[in-house]
Amino acid sequence: MIEKYFYSKNKNIMAYDKFTVLQSSAVPMPIENVDTDQIIPARFLKATTREGFGDNLFRDWRYNNDNSPKQDFVLNNPTYSGKILVAGRNFGSGSSREHAAWAIYDYGFRCVISSFFADIFKGNALNIGILPVTVSPEFLHKIFTAIEADAKAIIEVNLPEQTVTIATTGEKESFTINGYKKNNMINGFDDIDYLQSMKGEIAAFAEKSLY
Amino acid sequence: MSKQTLFDKVWDAHVVRKIEDGPDVFLIDRHFIHEVTSPVAFLGLENRGIDVMYAKRTFATADHNTPTINQHLPVQDPLSANQLQQLETNTTKHGISHWGLGHAKNGIVHVVGPENGITLPGMTIVCGDSHTSTHGAFGAIAFGIGTSEVEMVLSSQCIMQPKPMKMRVNVNGKLGKGVLPKDVTLYIIAQLSAAGATGYFVEYAGDVFENMSMEGRMTVCNMSIEMGARGGMIAPDETTFNYLNGREQAPKGEAWDRALAYWKTLKTDDEAVFDKEYTFDAADIEPQITYGTNPGLGTGISQNIPLSGDVIDGEASYKKSLGYMGFAENEQIIGKKIDYVFLGSCTNGRIEDFRAFASIVKGRKKADNVTAWLVPGSHIVESQIKEEGILDILTESGFELRQPGCSACLAMNDDKVPAGKYAVSTSNRNFEGRQGPGARTLLASPLVAAAAAVTGVVTDPREFL
Ligand code: SF4
Repeated sequence: MIEKYFYSKNKNIMAYDKFTVLQSSAVPMPIENVDTDQIIPARFLKATTREGFGDNLFRDWRYNNDNSPKQDFVLNNPTYSGKILVAGRNFGSGSSREHAAWAIYDYGFRCVISSFFADIFKGNALNIGILPVTVSPEFLHKIFTAIEADAKAIIEVNLPEQTVTIATTGEKESFTINGYKKNNMINGFDDIDYLQSMKGEIAAFAEKSLY
Repeated sequence: MSKQTLFDKVWDAHVVRKIEDGPDVFLIDRHFIHEVTSPVAFLGLENRGIDVMYAKRTFATADHNTPTINQHLPVQDPLSANQLQQLETNTTKHGISHWGLGHAKNGIVHVVGPENGITLPGMTIVCGDSHTSTHGAFGAIAFGIGTSEVEMVLSSQCIMQPKPMKMRVNVNGKLGKGVLPKDVTLYIIAQLSAAGATGYFVEYAGDVFENMSMEGRMTVCNMSIEMGARGGMIAPDETTFNYLNGREQAPKGEAWDRALAYWKTLKTDDEAVFDKEYTFDAADIEPQITYGTNPGLGTGISQNIPLSGDVIDGEASYKKSLGYMGFAENEQIIGKKIDYVFLGSCTNGRIEDFRAFASIVKGRKKADNVTAWLVPGSHIVESQIKEEGILDILTESGFELRQPGCSACLAMNDDKVPAGKYAVSTSNRNFEGRQGPGARTLLASPLVAAAAAVTGVVTDPREFL
């Protein structure tokens, strides 16, 4: 059976902030293969709630062993700030820990732009309200160049239109996202509500299953 | 219908609903949970006031954060103890089977699932751990999920997944002396790179996999995620059926016959097409080792570290990686001094891995400069090690056996490699800090680990065979 997008019946549960158009300066991290062990090392996964992970985001790149900040790391450089993280190819590879997405969200990012994302990270990000935006390697390079020229350069991520624009140069590229997820992000809906609404159908299907 | 891949057959049988321009609503047969990625999911259920839909389809074990010595004593770290307690509380409350610390069947989730017959061909299996791909060795679709999805499975037995693209990796011919399944997978990952299979689900085919044991197949499928694939699978055959027959939770009697008839249909049709296909020759594979900070940065052990132009990673990232490792381009890897050896994890913590390790250390002594952590994947593996006399061999050579758990694979407990030290590890990830802040990891097979353990330097294990 094929269904159109779901509209949440349970308005009390807003899984995350709605995402429509985000205009912000961005933090550049031109490193490839940023894995989830770098985003949040395993030794910080011992919490049993999802808050507070932002303090340890990129822990070992951000702090020395004595907990003093590493001056050359971008998050410790006051020149750069914003709700958008721009990163090199293959962002979020490795472990399935959703804590990585929680840490990014908790720190204050709402969008990550890269030329390539690892699958599980991408799914986790979408599930908690971070928009992963995949752009071409060329456009990624343009964004890095624009930030280099002006650390406060505004990047506009327009989800309804599915475009990313560099405000200082006017350069623009479109990105893809499936309609279902887009609708969820724009309205702050989540998959759990959707699945709850079709439990009867699931039960009928599951009863027939071999296992 | 006659042009389906193994993956299509299993996937399509589990789609409850297709959403236009969206994911499939995908039914999960078996759900494994552990202490680290489940607490927030249970909290979510509580906040929403919803219950677990099918408690009998979820299985819990404690592994990620458990100590590997003195398991009979209370867990020292209060945060770890709290996670273990929460798993106990949550599973009891919802009536979920829980093999916690101290339980006779406790062990790493991807070791205990198969060895108890919970994992079966044709199933869909998920767990909040990316190496869930291990279970694909049985012809199941198995992959790692995030905590939001753990909550989805608990509350509705489904997740919402777009169907991945399909890739087949064929390896034909005969493996050389001293070449183990771990070498096969490290070789494939080095060829495809750490992101080479992102977006795909992989089927492994060809004589090398057909002739491989279930333990070996699990090692290969386990590492699929390290080239970016969501999972990997191998068509079930007589090897699979023989392994499963008689396992505790596998079907029995008539149910077995019925299941078997279905399992025999689980193979890729001749005409089926893959989105991508690679074919390799077994003769090209020698024992492998990694030298960088992602699993794609590996090579044959007799080779030198490649020049930056010869790897897929950009120059800056590659240099950062080698800088972290304290290595230089074009250096020889053999002869590098090492400090730690880790035998274990869901990749290489099974009985065959301990047999392989013992075959080299037998009659030799552990090198003085090496600290070795030998950690069985489960209590069942631990008993096998004792019963087969492997423990005696290890003890005589100066090694100790620890208690089961994930241990130094992710270094969440006390088993951490100190900063700057080198570890030859049979686990699956060599990321910066994976085995402890500042730790430097060289991934390899149990034979390579054993050769390093007795010589104290990176050594070609074929010298000892
Ligand atoms: S051994 Fe390592 S990879 Fe396997 S389940 Fe444990 S932490 Fe994950």
